[in-house]
Amino acid sequence: MANNMTFLETSVGKKVLMAATGFIIFGFVVVHILGNLQLFLGPEALNQYAAFLQASGPIKWTVRIVLAASVLAHIVSAVMVTLQNWRARPQKYAVKRYQETTYAARTMWLGGPIIGLFVVYHLLHFTTGHCHPVKAGFIPDSNGVINVYNNVIFGFQDTVASGVYIFTMVLIGLHLYHGLWSMMQSVGLNHPKYNHWRKAFAVLFALLIATAGISLPVSVLLGLVTPV
Amino acid sequence: MNFTLKVWRQKPGEKGKIVTYDAKEISSDASFLEMLDIVNERLVIEGEEAIAFDHDCREGICGMCGCVVNGYAHGHQEGTTLCQLHMRAFEDGSVIYVEPWRSRAFPVLKDLVVDRSAFDAIITAGGYISIRTGSAPDGNAIAVSKETADAAMDVAECIGCGACVAACPNASAMLFTSAKISQLALLPQGQPERMTRAQRMVRAMEVAGFGACTNHGECEAACPKEIKLDNIARLNREFIGASVKKQA
Repeated sequence: MANNMTFLETSVGKKVLMAATGFIIFGFVVVHILGNLQLFLGPEALNQYAAFLQASGPIKWTVRIVLAASVLAHIVSAVMVTLQNWRARPQKYAVKRYQETTYAARTMWLGGPIIGLFVVYHLLHFTTGHCHPVKAGFIPDSNGVINVYNNVIFGFQDTVASGVYIFTMVLIGLHLYHGLWSMMQSVGLNHPKYNHWRKAFAVLFALLIATAGISLPVSVLLGLVTPV
Repeated sequence: MNFTLKVWRQKPGEKGKIVTYDAKEISSDASFLEMLDIVNERLVIEGEEAIAFDHDCREGICGMCGCVVNGYAHGHQEGTTLCQLHMRAFEDGSVIYVEPWRSRAFPVLKDLVVDRSAFDAIITAGGYISIRTGSAPDGNAIAVSKETADAAMDVAECIGCGACVAACPNASAMLFTSAKISQLALLPQGQPERMTRAQRMVRAMEVAGFGACTNHGECEAACPKEIKLDNIARLNREFIGASVKKQA
């Protein structure tokens, strides 16, 4: 009865890939957000950090390539699993009630694509400057130098842009709340002694990342950090 | 007690629909299936075709019965098969929706009866141990610790009713398959074929057209035998292990 389906052709294999790539993306998000929280340490800290990243040449590109590949694999496996799941029940129930599942788990299929679109916007906003809302491109500071600290603040002074970030951070929180626990289940990491820590870990990091992400635009909108 | 039933009726090869029936003067001590029997008796007298539903032991151990009742597989009562659910668990005068398990892998044969051959295909693929048959083996010839025996027994409780598939938002059969893989993976008798079993049963499950597990936990909540979600993690572990060792 054995058939020659490969590991990744099974949904179990795709979920393992989704978990592994999700963990890589999660690791990046933690470092990325910790780095950007240096906004609160003032212009020197953030600008030096940005210069350090830009100067890291091959490392920077390695990280970018690994990250892009992970995002791509994460999306492809998610789309394929979701389509398989939609096909699995052609006739819906007239009445269906759920007992255990969460809003976060039920909306992964929708939250994922929105977060994906946000990443595109985020890159056009702060990396390339094409969508910088104040005006196209970045604004130089009083010394005529484009600096990251000012870019972030000008970027978030636009309420629509800030609103997009705040909304997406909530979605990322929901995505992580289900995903961080789910990934451990998908790779078979479970033990009756430690299982309760899995959900605690997911709740903690979902809250930390969403809160940290929201704190940046909110602080700018409230005028707690100002351009130099 | 009186109820209004909204029952899925479907003839073989035709499209189905919800049909409304009255269930009148039902004893509160009647089981859900007995209530359907009473309705059916009246339908037959009135010259209508009886509602087809699966059942056998009617004591919650065979795995034959099961419908989605008011949106819950086997009804709303925890750890109970449909045959062990009694009408006293419902409010008098209430409307009750009765639908078959809904899954591409479980096509409706008639009304509330579905074809669960897909489960048989998963078992056939590896849900067994190959041993020399003959005289009974010596008792205690293979030592199994109490803890292991208990854990294996917990999963061996699975009666293969299909409620996990019915309850899952993705119509996934991971809880069933994981129970069957776990039961044998935990015991010494299951070790020789452990790797091939995980490989073959998972693939048979995929081929049958079930959805994937996205860790909602609905299966665990619906399971009349209260099989735990931990087993799905064990299935994933077994499958990853077997794939790494490249044994098929």
